Amino acid sequence: MGDEVVALEYEKMIDFTSASINFELIYSEISLLVAAFLILLTAFQRHLARLAPLVALVGIAVSFYFALQQWGNQMSGFFGMITCDDFGTAFKLLFLVVAALTLLIAHRFLIVKRIGSPEFYALLLVSTMGMMVMANTTDLLVMFLGLEIMSVPLYVMAGYARRSLASNEAGIKYFIMGAFASAFLLLGIAFVFGASGTTDLRQIVADYSFIVSNFQNYLYAGAALILIGFGFKIAAVPFHAWVPDVYQGAPTPVTAFFSVGPKAAGFAVMLRVFLFGFEQMGMLTELFWVLAVLTMTVGNVLALRQDNVKRMLAYSSIAHAGYILVALCVGGNDAISAAVFYLLAYAMFNLGAFAVIVLLETRSGCKSDFSELSGLSSSAPYLSAVLALFMFALAGFPPTVGFLGKFYIFSAAIKSGYILLTVIGVMNSFLSVYYYLRIVKTSYFEKFEGTFAPAPYSPAIMVVLFITVIGTLGLGFFPDRVLEFSQSALFAFL
Amino acid sequence: MSEYLAVLIFIFVGAGMVLFTFFLARILRPHNPYPEKNVNYECAELPIGSSWIKFHNRYYIFALIFVIFDVEAVFLFPWAVAFGQLGLYALVEMVIFIFILLFGLLYAWKKGVLKWA
Repeated sequence: MGDEVVALEYEKMIDFTSASINFELIYSEISLLVAAFLILLTAFQRHLARLAPLVALVGIAVSFYFALQQWGNQMSGFFGMITCDDFGTAFKLLFLVVAALTLLIAHRFLIVKRIGSPEFYALLLVSTMGMMVMANTTDLLVMFLGLEIMSVPLYVMAGYARRSLASNEAGIKYFIMGAFASAFLLLGIAFVFGASGTTDLRQIVADYSFIVSNFQNYLYAGAALILIGFGFKIAAVPFHAWVPDVYQGAPTPVTAFFSVGPKAAGFAVMLRVFLFGFEQMGMLTELFWVLAVLTMTVGNVLALRQDNVKRMLAYSSIAHAGYILVALCVGGNDAISAAVFYLLAYAMFNLGAFAVIVLLETRSGCKSDFSELSGLSSSAPYLSAVLALFMFALAGFPPTVGFLGKFYIFSAAIKSGYILLTVIGVMNSFLSVYYYLRIVKTSYFEKFEGTFAPAPYSPAIMVVLFITVIGTLGLGFFPDRVLEFSQSALFAFL
Repeated sequence: MSEYLAVLIFIFVGAGMVLFTFFLARILRPHNPYPEKNVNYECAELPIGSSWIKFHNRYYIFALIFVIFDVEAVFLFPWAVAFGQLGLYALVEMVIFIFILLFGLLYAWKKGVLKWA
């Protein structure tokens, strides 16, 4: 009798004919993976290696098409392991845009620095695929799987300049710290599983009152450990110690990718875990309040004293994580869509700023120190104007999208009554003006000393600059469409 | 609690087995130590000098490739056991899975990873 019951359940579990396994949900992931494999094939035919960036772009475009098809279709499949809602799809589209822009930024740089092997593009695609897995699930274990798929290529990419000591150091440092953070995350998931008997957030939400009345301590311990694991990826203070060295040491296009892609992926899972899964948990608001204030303040204060542009942008990316953490503290649909909008805007102007830095760094002997920017306005007037625009956007000046991003987040905070938090955030914004405008001041008002070849021309980077300038200014003037997009990017309760 | 009792018994039996083997070996083996016998030996490293040396990088790469196929075996066993119920669908999936790993091996081979020198 007992055996029959087991056999019956077993039959049910392996019911492959049901709609459970729905490959439609992961077409966009699959297309990235196929493109990555095609690129690796060039190891067998070396003369095809030149085509690698093109194959990667086509893969991203196909993936983008499939992701667009999913927009508005809310589905769950693979036994509840994969959930596609508009929140996840919005992040999918964001990751793909970031990957495409990074690829265009990197192409010329890799050739000039003699590290241009096709594997770079394969790693980029696989990492992007990992981010997409992270954003499109409500299952903690699948989130962990996506995080690892994202992170392992990132470790390699950080150390991609094999002959550069700084790059090697960045790779090792990022790997060791990342592995450490993964261990925290996994232990946290284990605690949550121990308390709730499931890794699916939807199940946790449904059984929350039972879980919290019986196993409150284990659930809280698990949530705290998960917060540490994800806090590492988004570079929240006090889990930020790796950021400056890794950002400075890694090849600059990789730094550009770090500062936007994994950060957005980290926020996607954090928003889903803490504003959906553990929404009913009481003290999270206070926790995120403290984290947001710490992250903003430490990032901005340390950025003031930097003499290297990459290092300055590293601290600035910590500060921006702080602004988005405000949205996590506030919670609710307004805050979620404000966070999505901010991440989109941040991707635009931050990648734009990095594109200019990368272009300047392709001149020989450049280390991206502030002094190298002096006199840029006379040697490359357009480039320095574009750089200034991105700096104004990073500092949050109107009419750039940087202002609107901050405006939406802080207005969501005020609406929910977080006055002090908003005041601290705005003061931090003022603080950041100093170091962003230092770049403008250096490039416009300081005399050029020494000799640098003029910045070389790169069509790919021109395309990136065109897109990011349009994004930064255009979204600043006409945010309606994107705002609408981010307002519908919400969790679906499947 | 009875499940945890089983775990406890398992731990004791496991530890006991090891101790018993050591004890048995001590009784049965001839006792004849000499210097060469007492040096470290592992992974065919020459037993000369300190054991705190830099190991050749190749060990790690071989170990990595080995682990991939170890994991493949872990996935193959449950699939093979349930093969009767799974049918064609799972067969195709497993072929794709093995093909991906095979591709990885070919890639590593082509890159010269499998050559020692």
